[in-house]
This record gives sequence, structure tokens and C-alpha cells, in this order.
Amino acid sequence: MIVSVASGKGGTGKTLVATSLALSLEDQGVQLLDCDVEEPDCHLLLRPTITENEAACVPVPAIDEARCTFCGRCSEVCAYHALAVLPQKVVVFPELCHGCGACAHLCPEKAISEVSREIGAVEVGHCGEIEFVQGILNVGEAMATPLIRAVKARAKKGGTVIIDVAPGTACPVVESLKGSDFCLLVTEPTPFGLYDLALAVETARRLYLPCGVVINRDAPGYSGTEDYCRREHIPILLKIPLDQHIAVLYSRGIALAQGMPEWRGRFLSILQDIRSLVGLRT
Amino acid sequence: MKELVVLSGKGGTGKTSIVASFAALAQSKVIADCDVDAADLHLVLSPTVKETSEFWAGKTAAVDRERCTQCRLCQELCRFKAIHDFTVDPLSCEGCGLCYQVCPAEAIRMEDNLAGHWFISETRYGPLVHARLGIAQDNTGRLVAAVRQAALKVAAEHGFNLLLTDGPPGIGCPVISSLAGANLALLVTEPTLSGRHGLERVLGVCRHFGVPALVCINKFDLNEENSCHIEERCYAAGIPVAARIPFDNAVTEALVRGVPVVEYSNGSACRHMAALWGRVRQALG
Repeated sequence: MIVSVASGKGGTGKTLVATSLALSLEDQGVQLLDCDVEEPDCHLLLRPTITENEAACVPVPAIDEARCTFCGRCSEVCAYHALAVLPQKVVVFPELCHGCGACAHLCPEKAISEVSREIGAVEVGHCGEIEFVQGILNVGEAMATPLIRAVKARAKKGGTVIIDVAPGTACPVVESLKGSDFCLLVTEPTPFGLYDLALAVETARRLYLPCGVVINRDAPGYSGTEDYCRREHIPILLKIPLDQHIAVLYSRGIALAQGMPEWRGRFLSILQDIRSLVGLRT
Repeated sequence: MKELVVLSGKGGTGKTSIVASFAALAQSKVIADCDVDAADLHLVLSPTVKETSEFWAGKTAAVDRERCTQCRLCQELCRFKAIHDFTVDPLSCEGCGLCYQVCPAEAIRMEDNLAGHWFISETRYGPLVHARLGIAQDNTGRLVAAVRQAALKVAAEHGFNLLLTDGPPGIGCPVISSLAGANLALLVTEPTLSGRHGLERVLGVCRHFGVPALVCINKFDLNEENSCHIEERCYAAGIPVAARIPFDNAVTEALVRGVPVVEYSNGSACRHMAALWGRVRQALG
């Protein structure tokens, strides 16, 4: 079963929830994928031993100017303006390239080959019995999606996989959510949290993913989140209170399920609830 | 024209709360919300939308099943695995057009993609330019650029010389796009390991693109040891720490009520945000 932990709004507690879920399952076999490749931080709470570091690359065009007739076809077909054809030179803008292969495939002179460009790294390791994979996007790189694909390619079939997803609703989030069985949305009980939660729910629904909610930093004073979940028939699977002790543990890089082990049972319950919800739908 | 961009690396450190307070304190400025796929600033500034524009970017392929001969060439060549059973999945399609180019039956068309909307609005604090990216859309950086361009135009029309931008989390294309033209980046961090890690990465982006930075440590008293580490790190790198804002419930309370902190209370967070604005204004020149 693949459970993605997402949010819409940043800073609601995705990583806190994702790492605690993984820790609660550690004696049952679990894999955690950190797909927040721009700001991966699960490793700060789990401190995994990394056993493999593989460069993540995307293909970009390389022009053989001896064969090139400067006809301009490559630039014409490139949807991303990653190629400019001058009278005696072809300029490639590799950071704009999406690696679609159109230029290489369509060049009438077969003058374009593809070379690898590094955009980041995939790291694999373990934290106790938890299998751990993370993607780290190089600073200055614009596109996260190819690296997220590379991380997800390491997902093991058969067991439980927890995916920590980036904030927002754009294509890196969709790439992370695709193929999941369930989307667990972490929110905070404020208008910001609710607004972004609604966008995240729309994203999950676009992918036909069943959702559930965790309310983090729960405190009385704002009922908008619960009202919304009730109206939309989205189950609230856990509430984590606004608690300075929990915040301090997190600030020190201590996962909730580790610093307060009494929470493990509660995270295990969420997973049981998720299994029933997924089962009901299939 | 001076441009201030407020960034964080890690989400949830308090960028939007701080920008909202700056909006209440600063004069003669345009505000831009460049966190286009999870825009929240409007929830505090209560804008009245004056102008809505469509944001068209990229294309999406579509298969005409009547012309399709099911030769499977498109499915084999698509690098994004966006075509299954001779149907394009718009959530996976990146609009490269290779399928359209190679289809022997000319059964594929490329359709323009409505990727979102952007808005020019009026608020109590001046004009606000903001946007809403469509679900699962690409081209986030381009929408950020459109917001910024529109905001610069509004500034010119009003004779304003300050653009105040609420930036997105992360370090990818929307962040890079929001930094274009920035004179100063204010990096809001929190004293957690994730906050420190995120700060390092977003500082790296600022350096990479040559944008000077100031740092603000929000909720600094949550973990004073980490706050000291951040200050030492900044000091060693020659980056000024412009404020240490204590945790204050008033920040959340103001947010729930939909007003900037500096208008809700005059407690500790409010006073520190006002002092921060003074330092930022000085650094902008």
C-alpha cells in the first residue's frame, strides 16, 4: 500500500507525520520516500545511514555541428525554446530542456544526440528497519519532476510505502501523488491551512485518490477545518494538539513517534483506518 | 524601483504573516503574491479584484480516436508515459508535441493550455497582484513572471517605487522566477533543523543568482540553541540577521481574524515586525 503525505500549505507537519508513520511501522517492514526534493528534510528526523548515492540526470541535446545544416527544425519543434539556431551555430539552453527527445528524433540529418545533465541525486539507505530513499535537487535547478520520478522508481512493491510530498498543488506534487493508494493531508486549523487544504483535496480528487486529514497544531478557536471536512465527507484521522513540547522535539530533529512513543499506537491506528478506507474503495 | 522578495526555503516559517504586516507599514508600494500554487496573502489583505487575466501556457496533446490507427508509435515515444490506450492523460502530458509530430495518421492535435489566472486587485494597503495556478499545472515560473510584470506595470502607473513580494517555498522554478530583478531577499527561517536546512538551500539560490539577503529568525525562542547556531552561521557568512521574532499567539489569532499582525495587537511579534520593516527599508536604500 502506498500512502502519500501531502498538504497544500507548507509547514503544516507533513514530515512530522510521514516520519512518525514510518517509525510506527518499522518492525513490520516499511519504506519512506522523501519526494520533497527541493527541501528534503525527513533525513533530519530519521538520520538514516546512506548506502547509495546516485546522480540523477536528464537527457539534453548535443549537436554534431559537422552534420548540422542549421535548418532550424530542432528549434521549430522544441516546445520549451531550449534550442536557438543561428546561421552557423546552434545554442542549447539545457536548463529549459524537458528531455522529451523531439529534437533528436526529428533532426533530418541525425545530427543530435542526447547527453546526460545532472540535476541532483537519489540517496538510498536505512534507519533501523525502515528503508529510506530521498531526492536532493541541486541548488539552481528549476525542475523537480524528473528527480521525483527517479525517487519513485525505487519504490518497493508489496510492502507499505510512505511518501513525503512537497507543499503546493503543482506538477511536482502530482508526480509524487501519482500511483498512490491514499492521500493523507496534513493541515493546521487556520484560514491559510483550510484554503490550501481545499486546493490539495481538489488535486487528490483529480487523481481519483481517496483522502483523509490530520489536523496538526490543533487548538480551539477555529472550526472552519472540521466544518469543511464534514461537508466534504473527508475523514479526520488524527488531531495533534498545539503543544510546545512537540514543537521543541521537532526543532531538535526528534520525530514525534520517537520522542513521545505513546504516539506510535495512534499512528498505527491511522494506517489501519487507511487500509479499511482503501479496501472499501477497491 | 526597489524589489523585496520574502522567501524561506522551508514552508510555514511565517513569510506571509510578515509580508502582510509590511503591507500595513510600507507606503507607496505594490504587493505581489508569487506563491501562485498556494496563494494565501489575499486571506489577510481582503482584496477586491479589479482585473482578471487568463494565463495560457504550454499545450496538451489530444488523440482523435476516429483518425487513430492504433499503431502505438506515440505511446512508445512519449518520455512522460502520458499516453495509454490511445488516450492522453493531461496530468502527465508535458506538451512537448513529439506525438503530434510523428503520428502517421495526423490523429493528434496540440491544444493550448489554460494554466491559471492572475488578478490585479485593490486592498486597504494598496494594489495587490496575485494569481491562482490551475491544479497539477506546470509553468509555475512563467506565472510568477507574469505576476511580477503586472506588478511592475501597476507600480509605474501609480508612481510607486517599491515592489513587495511574498515568495513561494522551496528552491525550484517559482523561487528562481520570483528572484528575477530582486534587490534584496528577506529569508524567514525558524529555529528547527528543517528551518536551518531550508535556509542554507535558499541562501544558496540567492548566492547563485547574486541577490543580497537578510535573515529573520521567526519563533526564535522555540529553540534558542538553534537560533544561536543560525546567527553564528549568518555572521560567519556576512549575512545580517535583521530580526529575531519571539513566538506570539497573536500571529495565529491575527491570521484567523484575517488582519495583519501589526493591526491586531501591539505585542512582542508586532513590535519586532515593525522594527524588522525599519531595517529592511534601510537595507533597500
